[in-house]
Amino acid sequence: METRYKILLVDDDPDLLEVYRDTLALLPSQPEVHTAPSGARAMAMLEADSYRLLISDLKMPKMDGLQLLSVVRRKFPELRTVVLTSMADENFRSRVYSLGVDLYWHKPGSEQEMTQFLECMESLLGREYDESGFRGVQSKSLMDLVQLECISQSSTVLRITNGPFVGRIWVNQGEVVDSEMEELRGEDAFQKILRWKAGNFEFLPDEPHRPRTIFKSYNALLLESAQASDERSNADTSHNRPANVAAQPGAPRSSGLTEIVNTDCVEFAMKTVAETMVDSRGLENPEHIAGWMRQSLDRFHTLGETLQAGGLQQITGIGLQRNVALAQKGGANLCVGWKNTLDATEVRDRMKKILTLWAS
Amino acid sequence: MGFLTSFFKRAKPLLQLHSGSFSMDRSGRILATTLPTSFPQSLVLEIGRCVVETFRAGQTAQLPLEELVIHYPGLKITAREMRGGAIVFLSAPNLSAPTQQTS
Repeated sequence: METRYKILLVDDDPDLLEVYRDTLALLPSQPEVHTAPSGARAMAMLEADSYRLLISDLKMPKMDGLQLLSVVRRKFPELRTVVLTSMADENFRSRVYSLGVDLYWHKPGSEQEMTQFLECMESLLGREYDESGFRGVQSKSLMDLVQLECISQSSTVLRITNGPFVGRIWVNQGEVVDSEMEELRGEDAFQKILRWKAGNFEFLPDEPHRPRTIFKSYNALLLESAQASDERSNADTSHNRPANVAAQPGAPRSSGLTEIVNTDCVEFAMKTVAETMVDSRGLENPEHIAGWMRQSLDRFHTLGETLQAGGLQQITGIGLQRNVALAQKGGANLCVGWKNTLDATEVRDRMKKILTLWAS
Repeated sequence: MGFLTSFFKRAKPLLQLHSGSFSMDRSGRILATTLPTSFPQSLVLEIGRCVVETFRAGQTAQLPLEELVIHYPGLKITAREMRGGAIVFLSAPNLSAPTQQTS
């Protein structure tokens, strides 16, 4: 099934919206271009549907472009964002990039500039979802960030967001002194946060009186994190899987499944990419459930389009023996089996976290 | 440019999604419904068919389910298996689903 990416174009000038909508619709990937005349309307549309790319003006009444982008970067970290403005101000440009926006573009004034703009938009649309990197000042790994802060002897609090998860790392005069992620504290939290491969970060004012719970040097901490990462990838490569999966190019990476199946209350996890590519943990004969999962997701995806209810987010099934949750992300289908002691709301909430982990 | 067309172009009207419930038997007939008559009957049948087929296929796949919750940004469908058929609740996604009676 061919995917048509969706672009959301935000500008308070209706004529400009119409021109850009018609122009962007002619891109080779033939995206669906939707328009919003205000930031508030854009937020409502982003909540209701899944978009690939947001192109926004900066100067708008009520909610301006910077406010919109700042909310969007937190709520929809996977959304590609572009600022299209006529303001040639370096301060604005730096502020926009510091929000983690992908591109800052002056409104094209000539045919050549328009061609360049369209080529960039096509390139952004085609970029894969699962690219890693933390988006703050620019895309870089979390390990790089921590290292940079420590080498420069900084004192700061690094706040990292990965979907519903929020982690904090306290750096005091170039040393990592504490870390926190949900119920975890200290080194455990630090190592957990460093396993995230994507998300957003921001620097908060330093807290010099933060009690110290981490006493290792930052070099030792980063080394341990790198070793743990290597061990995880080795364990995943050597894990048993059906013979028909391993050799196929484009087969789903197994790294996420092992982590998912080790999560509390999860009984099994399975993902499929194409008709024959099934990868699972905790299931003896996954083919039956894989077939059911594909049919169910296709069926309700089509139903959602018919009802104009927006993209399918999740299916939760409650059974006597076990509960399941199904979702689609990045072109793959995921099915997670849960203990039947959880109710539908608990399954849905836990599945949201799993999906964030999976995206990482 | 585009000034006049913005007056004459009308966006496609969105389908109004209602809250309510209906029950369907194993042969695909609607037994009772609280949905307004303005909600197309064909859509009620389509929703019912999807949930009944999903329950049925689940049993075949050795995954018997008694409840399904399908989440869309604009709609939440909660379906309970009922002797081969189903009772289906449609609600706005922010409303809580009817709770299971355990009497």
